[in-house]
Amino acid sequence: MIHPVLDPKLAPPFPKAALPVLRNPQLRKNVAHATDVITSKRGRLVAEKDDWQALRDAASALRAHVLENLGTYLEQFEERCTAAGGVVHWAADAAEAREIILNILRDENASEVIKIKTMTSAEIQLNPFLAQNGIEPHETDLAEIILQLGKDEPSHIVVPALHVNRSQVRDIFARTMHLPDLSDNPQELTAAARTYLRKKFLTVPTAISGANFLIAETGGVSVVESEGNGRMCLTLPRTMITLAGIEKVIPRYRDLEIMLQVLARSATGERMNPYTSLWTGVTKGDGPQRFHVVLLDNGRSDILQRERERQTLKCIRCAACMNACPVYRQTGGHAYGSVYPGPIGAILTPQLMKMEYAQSLPYASSLCGACYEVCPVKINIPEVLIDLRAKVTDQERNEERRFFDPLYLGMRMANKVFASAGRFQAAQRMMRIGLKPLTGKDGWIRSLPAYGARWTMTRDLRGVPQQSFREWWTSRANGKAKP
Amino acid sequence: MRASLFITCYNDTLFPETGRAVVTLLERLGVEVEFRPAQTCCGQMHANTGFRGEAFSLAKQFVRLYADAKAVVIPSSSCVAMIRDQYPALIDELGNQDLRRDFDALLPRVHEFSEFVVDVLQVENVGAYFPHRVTYHASCHGLRALELGDRPFRLLKNVEGLDLAPLDHLDRCCGFGGTFSVKNAEVSSAMMTAKLQDVLATRAEFCTALDNSCLMHLGGAMHREFAAMRTIHMAQILASTREHPAEVL
Ligand code: SF4
Repeated sequence: MIHPVLDPKLAPPFPKAALPVLRNPQLRKNVAHATDVITSKRGRLVAEKDDWQALRDAASALRAHVLENLGTYLEQFEERCTAAGGVVHWAADAAEAREIILNILRDENASEVIKIKTMTSAEIQLNPFLAQNGIEPHETDLAEIILQLGKDEPSHIVVPALHVNRSQVRDIFARTMHLPDLSDNPQELTAAARTYLRKKFLTVPTAISGANFLIAETGGVSVVESEGNGRMCLTLPRTMITLAGIEKVIPRYRDLEIMLQVLARSATGERMNPYTSLWTGVTKGDGPQRFHVVLLDNGRSDILQRERERQTLKCIRCAACMNACPVYRQTGGHAYGSVYPGPIGAILTPQLMKMEYAQSLPYASSLCGACYEVCPVKINIPEVLIDLRAKVTDQERNEERRFFDPLYLGMRMANKVFASAGRFQAAQRMMRIGLKPLTGKDGWIRSLPAYGARWTMTRDLRGVPQQSFREWWTSRANGKAKP
Repeated sequence: MRASLFITCYNDTLFPETGRAVVTLLERLGVEVEFRPAQTCCGQMHANTGFRGEAFSLAKQFVRLYADAKAVVIPSSSCVAMIRDQYPALIDELGNQDLRRDFDALLPRVHEFSEFVVDVLQVENVGAYFPHRVTYHASCHGLRALELGDRPFRLLKNVEGLDLAPLDHLDRCCGFGGTFSVKNAEVSSAMMTAKLQDVLATRAEFCTALDNSCLMHLGGAMHREFAAMRTIHMAQILASTREHPAEVL
C-alpha cells in the first residue's frame, strides 16, 4: 500500500488518489464491510426513536443559531473558562496554533506528550511539527495508535483505522512493540495496547485533547469516546491543552441533551457513547492543574461569511455521511487527501484551504443525496457541493489553458446549442451522423474517442436513434393534419 | 385536461421511445398533450458541473417558455429535481424578482411523470399489460429529491402480467451522476458494478426507472457484460397494452 498523503496542498486530485484503492479488493472489502455494519446499526437505532426527525430539526436549529451568534458565544466561553482557571488562546491559522502549543509545551519542559481525540491537530499537522521540535507525540486512541505505529494515516472520522484489518494490526503491534508471539486474538491485541498505553499514561505529564463541544455557559469542554483512554488523558496529566475549532461551541450545558443523542446514534449506532467527559477549568488537587484551550480559526471565519456554505460549520463530525456515501464506500478515506474524508471532507477541505487546493473534491460525488438524508444536523451537502463547483469553475474558466479543455469547450458549446431550438435540432442531426461510423450493427457504440473514452471504458453506449422525439412529433402532427 | 410535455434534451435525442410512450399513455388517460418545440434543456448538466451562468440562462428559458402552461409533465426525475431545488437559488442570484414571481407561479404546475399520473390524474391503474418480470431502480433524485415514495410501486403493481422483483439496496446510487461518470470514471464504474450485481440478482427481464440517465448507465453496462436483462423507462411499461406492446429494443 502506498503511503497516503493527507495534506491538501500535496495530495493528488481525487480521481487519481482513488485508483490505488479501487485496485485493492481487500481494502475495498474492509471498507464496504465496516460501513455496512455501522450503517445498519445506525438505521436500527434511529428507527427506534419516534422523534428522530424532530431531534434532527432541533440539533440543526441549535447549530445554526450558534453560527449566527458565534462571536457572542465564543466571548462567553472565554470569559467563563478563564474564570474557572483555564487559559484561552486564539489561533488565526495552523502555524499560529502550532506555535502556541509548542510554547506551552516548552514552558512545561515537555519532551513527550499524550494525545486524544485530536482530529483538529491532524488538520494543523501538529505531530510532525512537534517531532521536528524534539517533542514526541503519542496517540492514545486505539485506532490512532495502530496508525501511528504503522506509519499510516486515518481514513475515517470516527473509525480512523477502518481500512486496517485484524491481522494487519497484529503485524504492526508485533513489530513495533517487540512482541513476536502476539496472536490476532482481539483480547490479546487489546492487552498489548493497554500495556503499551499504561506506561505513557503514568509517565507523561502533559496531554493534548480535541473537543466535541465547548460549552459557552460554563466555559467547559466535552469529549466523547468509546474506550476510556481519553478519560485517562484528561485526568492523569498535570497539564492539559485542548485544541478546538471555533465552531465547536454550544450555548448551554443542557444543549448536550440533544447533541449527545444525535451524535451517538449517528456516529456508532449506539444509544449513548460509552464515555462522556466534561471538565471546566482546574480544581485544586483533582485532575490537571494547568489547562489551556487553543481556539482555532484556520479559515473558519471565512466560511462563516458565506451564506450558503456556512452550514458546513454545523458539522459535529459524526461521520454518518461518509458511511452512507457510495463514493466513500468504494474509495475509503485516503483518496480525499485530507484528514476530513467523505462528503463532509469534500465540502470542508477546499473551503479551509480558501478554495486554492483540493478543488477536485467538490466533484467527488454523484450528488445522490444520501449524505444529506442522514446528516443529524441537516447540512445540505449536495447544495454546498454544487456551489463549490461553481466557485471552482469561476476560478478556472479565465485560465488560458482552460480554453481548449474539452470540458470547458463542451459546456460552452452546449450552452450555445441549447439557447436555440433550431441549433439544438441541427446538433441532434450532427450527432446522429457523427456517431454513425462508431455505431455497431446492433445499434450500440463500444468505444468512443477522446473524453468519451472514459465512458466506454466500462460501459457501452446506445447509438443515436434515427428519429428524435421532436421529429416524431412533427411527423405525427403532419400525418394527423392530412385528410 | 391539457398538459405540456417537457421531454428534456436527453430523452429527445437518445430516448424518443420514452417520449412517444408518455404521449400515448397520457392521451389514453384523456389528457390533451401539447409539445412546445422551442424547448431544449433544463440546465442540469451545466448547474451540476459548476457552470452557473449557463444554467441560469437555460432556467430563464424554461420559465419563459412554460409561464402560461396548464401543467408541465417531465419524464425525468433528475430534471424535475433541478427545477425544484436549483432554480430558486439560481434565479435569486442571477435573475430578478419578476422572474422569481413567474417561477413561483409556475412551479406548482411542474410535475414529474409518475407524480402527474398518481397525484394530478389520480390514476393508479392505467390499464397496462406487460407480462414480464421487472425490477424497479429508485433513482436518487426520485427517491430523495422528489420523495416519490411508493407511487412508482403502486403504478407497477397494477400492471397486468407484471411480476415485480424486489431490488436490494434500493437507496444506493448507480454511479452515473452526469459528468461524474467521466470526471471520476473509475469510481463511477465501481459504483455501477456494485449496483449491477444487485440488479442482476433480481433475475428480472427488465430494469425500469423514472429517469433514463440511470437507465443509460445500467443499460450500457448490461450490454457490455452481455447480460440478458434490458432497461426500459416506466412510461413505456405503463403505455404498453395487449394491442400495442411496448417497443422493446
Ligand atoms: S456533515 Fe453531517 S453527517 Fe457528515 S460528519 Fe458532519 S454532522 Fe455528521
